[in-house]
Amino acid sequence: MSAYILEMESITKTFPGVKALDDVNLQVEQGEIHALVGENGAGKSTLMKVLSGVYPYGTYDGKILFEGQECQFKNIKQSEELGIVIIHQELALSPFLSIAENIFLGNERQSKSMIKWQETFAQSKKLLERVGLKESPETPVMEIGVGKQQLVEIAKALSKNVKLLILDEPTAALNETDSENLLKLLLELKNQGISSILISHKLNEVSAVSDSITVLRDGQTIETIDATNEKISEDRIIKGMVGRELTSRFPERVPKIGETIFEVKNWNVYHPQQTDRKVIRDVNIHLRSGEIVGIAGLMGAGRTEFAMSIFGKSYGKKISGELYKNGKLIQVNTVSQAIDHGIAYVSEDRKTYGLNLIEDIKRNITLANLTRISNGSVVDENKEIMEAQQLREKLNIKTPSVKQIVGNLSGGNQQKVVLSKWIFAEPNILILDEPTRGIDVGAKYEIYSQINELAEEGLAVLVISSELPEVLGLSDRIYVMNEGRITGELSSAQANQENVMHLMTGTGGN
Amino acid sequence: MQTLIHLFRNNIREYGMVIALVFITALFWFLTDGVNFKPLNITNLILQNGFILVLAIGMVLVIITGNIDLSVGSIVAFIGAIAGVLIINNNVPVWLAVAIALLAGALIGVWQGFWVAYVGIPSFIVTLAGMLIFRGLTLYLLDGQSLAPFPESFQKISSGFIPDVFGGASIHIFTLVLSAVLSIVLIYLDFRKRKIQLQYNFEVIPIWITIAKLALLILAINWFMYQLALNKGIPTVLVIVIVLIIVYTFIMKNTIMGRHIYATGGNKKAADLSGIKTKRVVFWVFVNNGLLAALAGLMFAARLNSATPAAGNMLELDAIAAVFIGGASMAGGVGTVIGAIVGGLVMGVMNNGMSLIGVGIDWQQAIKGMVLLIAVGFDVYNKNKG
Repeated sequence: MSAYILEMESITKTFPGVKALDDVNLQVEQGEIHALVGENGAGKSTLMKVLSGVYPYGTYDGKILFEGQECQFKNIKQSEELGIVIIHQELALSPFLSIAENIFLGNERQSKSMIKWQETFAQSKKLLERVGLKESPETPVMEIGVGKQQLVEIAKALSKNVKLLILDEPTAALNETDSENLLKLLLELKNQGISSILISHKLNEVSAVSDSITVLRDGQTIETIDATNEKISEDRIIKGMVGRELTSRFPERVPKIGETIFEVKNWNVYHPQQTDRKVIRDVNIHLRSGEIVGIAGLMGAGRTEFAMSIFGKSYGKKISGELYKNGKLIQVNTVSQAIDHGIAYVSEDRKTYGLNLIEDIKRNITLANLTRISNGSVVDENKEIMEAQQLREKLNIKTPSVKQIVGNLSGGNQQKVVLSKWIFAEPNILILDEPTRGIDVGAKYEIYSQINELAEEGLAVLVISSELPEVLGLSDRIYVMNEGRITGELSSAQANQENVMHLMTGTGGN
Repeated sequence: MQTLIHLFRNNIREYGMVIALVFITALFWFLTDGVNFKPLNITNLILQNGFILVLAIGMVLVIITGNIDLSVGSIVAFIGAIAGVLIINNNVPVWLAVAIALLAGALIGVWQGFWVAYVGIPSFIVTLAGMLIFRGLTLYLLDGQSLAPFPESFQKISSGFIPDVFGGASIHIFTLVLSAVLSIVLIYLDFRKRKIQLQYNFEVIPIWITIAKLALLILAINWFMYQLALNKGIPTVLVIVIVLIIVYTFIMKNTIMGRHIYATGGNKKAADLSGIKTKRVVFWVFVNNGLLAALAGLMFAARLNSATPAAGNMLELDAIAAVFIGGASMAGGVGTVIGAIVGGLVMGVMNNGMSLIGVGIDWQQAIKGMVLLIAVGFDVYNKNKG
């Protein structure tokens, strides 16, 4: 027998009308980092929910063996007791409690229901050292960044004597340094004998740290690639995920650039609470029809703040500067004025700012432009369904019906719904803030194709992205921001990773 | 059969409440030996619950936006007091007094809407304050005394009936005619909807289900109207309630305004960034609720035939309970006018039935509380399962 810590054998899980998992097998060796990759809705999360007991024994078919023993988990607690801990994409920390309290939340160091604070802090300190986090255990969690919060989650898992750590998109919200640290920590834990399952869309990370890679597609195991001896290329993984070789991650496009249709001049914005802090300083940009313009910048450079302040002053105070559309000065003080002037903004945070998760797809799509499907103030629901169905097909939203509740869709499909919503609003100027955050390669490609198509139709598209390859791959022209200023403007021919990075960090380019 | 089960499963929320209502009605039919189905009692049921249904309609909109209004009971009393002072003490013509009272209700809505929407104080706090303020003002206006009686024309608001233009003797013929017309309109609307759906090539539910559903509905309506016809015909209260149901269902289901209300409650930030003026939406929903509470206040005063300081005590809780029994969510974004009405009727049928079989007010309260808990519990259970 091999040293498998986990064997999942022919797992099948059906939801009404959908087979989410179909005879899936997953074998994780003792002490390895096992990556689980696949497109949206391939079944990765469902598989992990089966494993952790979110879907209790009896609601699925198949067998789970952990350290050779068959397991029949009824809830998460039972799987945690055996040392299987999941860290979800959305962190489950309580913001007002301290790091130490969070680490031992639900697992308190106690004697007779009284908390033993000395022990709590002492043990927290040790755990924090293990994960390499230099913060006092007494610091409230809300005062540390997302990257550090992720480390607190891992410390919490370690406190439960974790044997198998499952990380769901751990680096989706992290910047590059934090991501690197996290991956280093994973390797460190591996040396300590802790096995882990890494679910990630970032294939460069997968290829860098994994010992084996299991690919899921449409609820089935496609293959498990052994990566112990050689580094597996991203293209190799993508081939398994999409069932075809992606020759390019960005679709081909011949730009047809027209006149300047939108200009921002001398744009200045102050912070909404600290009103003496300038967030955006003297920004001047212009967009031409048919052009895709990227904004590159580090976290906190002010890209989102800039975009939202243009979009009906949705962010900031004491905003000054002028907006010109087709050479004419326009007043944009509210979101509805912005929409009337043909400006659309697709937020970076689709769940908080983009969608009404408890409503269905069609109602989300039409919300920003209801007059288009209305006679007077009466909504034509049949027309609404027609329009929504057209967009569903155009953007390939994977769902049987436009009456599906948006909260039940996968991330990539939700992103497509948000994009549909703003396409439906018929803008001339489309601002996309992190359009592919947290979604898989296949869906990314589809979204890139959509963006290209929109530019083809004559829209001016402004793309904000933290992923440098994305900005470089998509844009015809790139503005680089640093600390609220535009520090450079490059054509796609001029731009490369190095000079953009220099401008982003304010160390001077070219 | 498969389609029927499927249809039921997808709409368990809507059908569940209707089934509960039917079940509760049947239970009391059994317990009261059919007294609760006597024509006189059915008329009474409507007269007793009209104002709660009106309050529930206003309240469901407030709750859909993710807010709450605890003040409507006090508004009912305050409006009654205004009507009493104007009509009884100062001989103001009834029509003018009614207009002033409704305006006062709307202004109360403006006041509360302003604090909630534009200042950003939680609606729980604003309307808790309103509950105290308007109860206090009622006591001040009435000087702690009851005012009675109202002139007959004012009492008609709650005790009037639609006159029989055909002059039926033992039976109210106009009611039967209306009933027939209503049935035809329902059939027409349903088949028109079906035809349009077919034109768009949408999937339609099998024809036999449509027919069965319509048959049941029409049977229920006609039976109900027939009972009313056996008594004095259609009460004015019923007309008011039905008109409000139709108007508000239409607004919530078919208009841009309705969409904006649901969107505001579902995700306010996303609604803001979709160009919806969410503050304005919340403001107007409160104005509307003030107006409807004023209407309920007039109906209440007319029914009691007096303006009393204790009027409408705890009515807000009945309205809120009706809305939640009807499937609305505390978090906002979910709920329907019809649901709130069904919820209100569940409460009404129980009140009425329990009074008929002689259950004391003590147990009535406790049982209603349990029903609220079970209804919402059932809802939550279903949601978690799905």
